[in-house]
Amino acid sequence: MKLMSALGSPKTAAPLPSAPLGKGGPSPGSAPASQTSGKDRLASFLQSQGALAILIPLILISSFIYPTFATLDNARGVTVQASFLAIVALGVTMVIITGGIDLSVGSVFALGGVLAAWASQWGMIPALLVPLAVCGAIGAVNGLLIARAGMAPFIVTLASLLGARGLLLAITDEGATTYLVPKDSAFATLGQGSIWGFGYPILIALALFGVIGVVLQRTSFGQTVFAVGGSKDAATLMGLPVARVRMTVYLMSGLLAGLAGAINAARLSSGVTIIGVGMELDAIAAVVIGGTLLIGGAGSVSGTLWGVLLLAVIQNLINQIGSLNSSYQSVVSGGFLILVVVSQRYLTARTRRGAAP
Amino acid sequence: MKPPEAAASAAAGRQSPAPPPVLEARGVSKHFPGVVALDDVSFTLEAGETHALVGENGAGKSTLIKVLTGVHRPDGGELRLSGQEVHFARPFEAQQAGISTIYQEVNLVPLLSVARNVFLGREPRNRFRLIDFPRMNSEAAALLDGFGVRVDPRRPLHTLGVGAQQMVALARAVSVNAQVVVMDEPTSSLEPREVETLFGVIADLRRQGIAVVYVSHRMDELYRVCDRVTVLRDGRHIHTGDLAELDRMQLVSMMLGREITEVRRHGVTSFSQEGHDVERRPVLKAEGLARRHQLDGISLNLHPGEVLGLGGLLGSGRSETAKALAGALTLDAGKISIDGSVQRRHSSASAIRAGISLLPEDRKAEGVVPGLSVRENIVLAALPRLSRAGIVSRGRQDRIVEIFMKRLRIKASSPEQKVGELSGGNQQKVLLARWLCLEPKVLLLDEPTRGIDVGAKAEVQALIDELAQQGLAVLLISSDIEELIEGADRILVLRSGASAGELTGDQVTEGALLEALADHSPAAPEAGTTENAGEEAAR
Repeated sequence: MKLMSALGSPKTAAPLPSAPLGKGGPSPGSAPASQTSGKDRLASFLQSQGALAILIPLILISSFIYPTFATLDNARGVTVQASFLAIVALGVTMVIITGGIDLSVGSVFALGGVLAAWASQWGMIPALLVPLAVCGAIGAVNGLLIARAGMAPFIVTLASLLGARGLLLAITDEGATTYLVPKDSAFATLGQGSIWGFGYPILIALALFGVIGVVLQRTSFGQTVFAVGGSKDAATLMGLPVARVRMTVYLMSGLLAGLAGAINAARLSSGVTIIGVGMELDAIAAVVIGGTLLIGGAGSVSGTLWGVLLLAVIQNLINQIGSLNSSYQSVVSGGFLILVVVSQRYLTARTRRGAAP
Repeated sequence: MKPPEAAASAAAGRQSPAPPPVLEARGVSKHFPGVVALDDVSFTLEAGETHALVGENGAGKSTLIKVLTGVHRPDGGELRLSGQEVHFARPFEAQQAGISTIYQEVNLVPLLSVARNVFLGREPRNRFRLIDFPRMNSEAAALLDGFGVRVDPRRPLHTLGVGAQQMVALARAVSVNAQVVVMDEPTSSLEPREVETLFGVIADLRRQGIAVVYVSHRMDELYRVCDRVTVLRDGRHIHTGDLAELDRMQLVSMMLGREITEVRRHGVTSFSQEGHDVERRPVLKAEGLARRHQLDGISLNLHPGEVLGLGGLLGSGRSETAKALAGALTLDAGKISIDGSVQRRHSSASAIRAGISLLPEDRKAEGVVPGLSVRENIVLAALPRLSRAGIVSRGRQDRIVEIFMKRLRIKASSPEQKVGELSGGNQQKVLLARWLCLEPKVLLLDEPTRGIDVGAKAEVQALIDELAQQGLAVLLISSDIEELIEGADRILVLRSGASAGELTGDQVTEGALLEALADHSPAAPEAGTTENAGEEAAR
């Protein structure tokens, strides 16, 4: 107790930036006595869940202005569109939390789609297993080169971005051959079916977010993912399986990108070869907008979910406005990215200053 | 926390004739490219003892610790844990075997919560095999309470003070049922009160029969908590024995490898035998330089034409003092005046403008740019002066480079040779040339001859002498006792970031310096320390 005064203020209600998945917002009516602590909590909430804090008012305001926006059909359309990017961004989130980067996901997404469409002629199981095996192998090679051989993630995944795209062109005769998914097959239903109008892709994405959210927050593996990103040296000296965890996140990223590609092929009924170009950048943008630090060590899958939805809603709104060229979507998304990064910097500085003794 | 097995085995061990030491290194060697870090070093650690491991920079302490804790694999020799030979491939395996370590810089994950840091890798689980956060937080709080740290365990670690973070690291290390706890400079960032808590923890560990390896440069601490001591020097084992049998003088002279003799100025180095003509008015005056954990009120005067030696063991604040004078370290308190005018905002840029140049200790990391040529390296700092409207005059560059290459006898095939291809001594001369072409008034030299060959060393020493004769004020930091004794007109001795005495004139001898370093006796109270004594009285 004596030491307490030397260690800092006796605030017990300190900010909790690593709130578990789906944690509620700050209490708005905090007592005057805990005003600073309430402010700190707000700051750390904005830091980790800022995308949600923008998304909700944006949806509410848009619903008043554009009557066609707040319809169930539009919501279904937006979310199905977004679910593929969401699944890809989920894998990228894990990679970025470890302090790495995965540029290959766009190409792997496209490759997964083509492989799934090609294999769907033998039924649903091959249509899922073939893309998962190949894309998982690409992810595993990424992880092996990065975690074991110590190569830079940027270069390794840039190489597999080019490699996966090349492989895709090779198996489609440079895009001339388009593999089609048999109509009314079980596999096609996976992409096109729905419950109460909400497509299976949405449900699959949500299930994956739930499972991986729990894995990251509530398992040793998840804790190690954060520890590796926070300080790789410290994690090594603590005796944590750093190399194995780094390998695993790249493997997962490859698997998730391949799975997203396969489900997208089921939805489009074909393996589209020109898809997924630049998707890795959208995924990274969504992850960062969702509050995950690009330097690693902090972040959440829930934030990524809001980040993906925010990007999707912006795109949808620009379509609603109609008079705007849809190219402006990138301008607005880019503006948001800058806004988020700047405010993250400000909020991080604030929470550090506020809580330091 | 309490290992009854360890205590029981220690008790059982007393009956058997020779209980094996809990940890033993036999003839361990470790080579790095170009360096022999450990050469046939043996080390034994008995259960329940606190064993000091001491040595100067490059003695091999860190390497030995890293071998013991599985970070490095030894090239030769063997490790035995309770008599059994062991091989650690990773830190994890050493930890599993009961050896845990607290590193000097806190090695935890700043963004994770306190509780997560304590339990990383061994989190308590609930029946679904998921981490049980409420239990983890309450266990962490209870554990930290025992270390005098009362914080919300859900707080991110980085929001704690450095001392509290160190305590969290300690809690983590001790709570893994360790047989051996290795502490590398555990007190370097602790407040006095926290140091007391740490010593309490060490006493507890001793009662439980847990052995502690304690690395520190602070003599008082070593004598307070340690039973035995092992001295390393230049990667070799020098001495192991009871600490009580050694006085501080003997310990320091073993660390430095100097016999306690009264030799002075015997002409081993290339410094001239005469003192320098020293002007009366100081060109640089520093008063009460202070910075948390590093500097504790250092004052010094530096006169044109003199070489002031700065002595002290590792961690005494020598390099920090030089950096502070050069504006490269922010200070909590203190006043620096140049030519009588007080510096308001002292920064590297303002120091260079005022004529202060620092030759840093680590010339690879902070000095030369290996990929650039000799010419480019020399004129780097002088570029603003050599250029007009942003355009650098090549003619003036070439003239300056030619002068300095000749004057400092820099051996390079041409001014265009890359500095990375030169020998260490010539690299050091290039650095000297870089600062000299700014025409400084004050030259701060931090270990200017470390790691360069004998010939180049002599040349650099002669050069320092020559520069002082030309009226430059030189501050010389060196771990080489001879260099300091023979090169300096005066020596200011630092200990724990404070002035511990000053040697002038006939007092500049090895014996006096060793005594001052070891705090054996109040060193030379009559000379030079009056200023500090006055300050202490004022406090």
